[in-house]
Amino acid sequence: MSADQGKVMALDEAIRSYVKDGCHISIGGFTLSRNPMAAVYEIIRQKIRGLHCYAHSNGTGVDELVGGGCIAKLEIAYGGNAKSAPTCIRFKTAIQRGEIQFEDYTNYQMALRFHAGAMGVPFITTRSSFGTDIVNKWGFSKEMREKDPKIPDNKLVVLDNPFGNWGNASKVILIPAINPDVTIIHVQKADKFGTCRMMGLAYADVDQAKAARNVIVTCEELVGSEELRAEPEFNQIPFIHVSAVVPIPFGAYPTACYRYYDYDPQYLSQHSAFAKVDKLYREYLDKFIFGVKDHQGLLNLVGKVQLEKIKADPRTGYATGLDRK
Amino acid sequence: MNYTLREMMTIMAAREISDGDIVFCGTGISLVAAMAAKYITAPNSIIFFETGAIDSQLEEIPMSVADPRVMYSAASNGGLLEAFATMQNRITGDRVIGILGAAQIDKYGNLNSTAIGDYFRPVTRFSGSGGACDVASFVPRCLIFMQHEKRKFPKKVDYLTSPGYLDGPGAREKAGLMPGGPTAVITNLGLMRFDQETKEMYLAHYYPGTTPQKILDNMEFEVDISRATEARPPTLNELNILREKVDPQKLIL
Repeated sequence: MSADQGKVMALDEAIRSYVKDGCHISIGGFTLSRNPMAAVYEIIRQKIRGLHCYAHSNGTGVDELVGGGCIAKLEIAYGGNAKSAPTCIRFKTAIQRGEIQFEDYTNYQMALRFHAGAMGVPFITTRSSFGTDIVNKWGFSKEMREKDPKIPDNKLVVLDNPFGNWGNASKVILIPAINPDVTIIHVQKADKFGTCRMMGLAYADVDQAKAARNVIVTCEELVGSEELRAEPEFNQIPFIHVSAVVPIPFGAYPTACYRYYDYDPQYLSQHSAFAKVDKLYREYLDKFIFGVKDHQGLLNLVGKVQLEKIKADPRTGYATGLDRK
Repeated sequence: MNYTLREMMTIMAAREISDGDIVFCGTGISLVAAMAAKYITAPNSIIFFETGAIDSQLEEIPMSVADPRVMYSAASNGGLLEAFATMQNRITGDRVIGILGAAQIDKYGNLNSTAIGDYFRPVTRFSGSGGACDVASFVPRCLIFMQHEKRKFPKKVDYLTSPGYLDGPGAREKAGLMPGGPTAVITNLGLMRFDQETKEMYLAHYYPGTTPQKILDNMEFEVDISRATEARPPTLNELNILREKVDPQKLIL
């Protein structure tokens, strides 16, 4: 890596360098928006196995990683993906068949866990989920937790408020921090050192990045540092957190990237039809993932006409009037 | 006047929203109800999403709470931490009304949106909590959409994802939850509320064309039907709002 190119890398090299068999990973975005899909497909293409994945509601990307056979353990709040898959289909299938180990949390809890990881504290508190099976049912057993130094010994812990009734709360729930080995996010703009500008909702991307040992940023546009530094208040992640920068237009496709393109309802609904049948899903992987060299190969299969349809309207930031039935 | 059951359900929910409420919604019918309320009973209600978008200008119906359509012209686009803190924090949280759905509900309004059967090897796995458990834990009022079928109204939920009144009066407070709990359950047959004393579900309204007995036939547990009255069907104005203003593309209804 020379000083000139900063941290810019090819996607296959970035994945090979930072995503190893069995590593702990999180990906950015939410359901059908701004998932780092080019990176997800490259992970599948490189046949990386045994990942321990942390997810709040990272619908499209997590479902493909499960379907691609990359995930062994999953801590998750929500495995759903809107109309085309109210419950993500490969996620549902893998759990019903006992193919992956999993544990359930809530969206707030997962967001807080990344926040605690980013802050460097061992746990953080909330008042969500008292009296529920989110607290009572553990997906990972006590034995498994004690054997694995990368998994905390408890799932969630109920604690009497040590400050009496301060804050009008008799109890709190302690939630363990997450520090992934690697987080991958897709952003609208980045410079070659990794400073990021996201547009629209940030979900939990910032904490997911700051909590991780390594961060791969894929971006729609690689821009000069002076452009981002002209308005630093609009940048969410400074370069110090980032290990690799990969410029990759349509890198979130088939999920949406606000102000650039919409999600592709046609791809997502076709995908659901494939995902429901093992044989069709294998054929889908063979054609769209293994059958192409890289993300551009997948985009070529989709075709320019379809990509033009989902192009964002500059006024609204999405494809106004797009047929989404 | 002709209307569908989904239109009836949507209007029943919209009527529960008061002016000035901050409405937490998901997508689908719950969002359509919140959008309709702004034209009917609650012009100053505010729609917000768990992804962090507040008071979005919904020119088109979003299909997910992360849809770029929720980002357009919002008051602010934050993230998950901000959205849930808005509900956990009592200053704003007490103004929030949540709208949820589930695969199962029991007589105390506890919800299952995780799994049917064994947790580890379920017969059917669903999406899981998402933000539902957080909302049900934090907000003082909640509307719940359900389909009225026996297996969806069991005596005990297979997995308790989101807290209602847990096992009865005082249970929320004892467990550590904030006061609050579900306000109404809106189904394809009627609307149920929860008794102030016992915290048990009772039938408040049945839709024109059905009977309290038919509703009981579609539940595993019994509810009090002595207070039930026939629901007021949607007005022409309400239907026009749904069909022309809220969902003209018929994406949801």
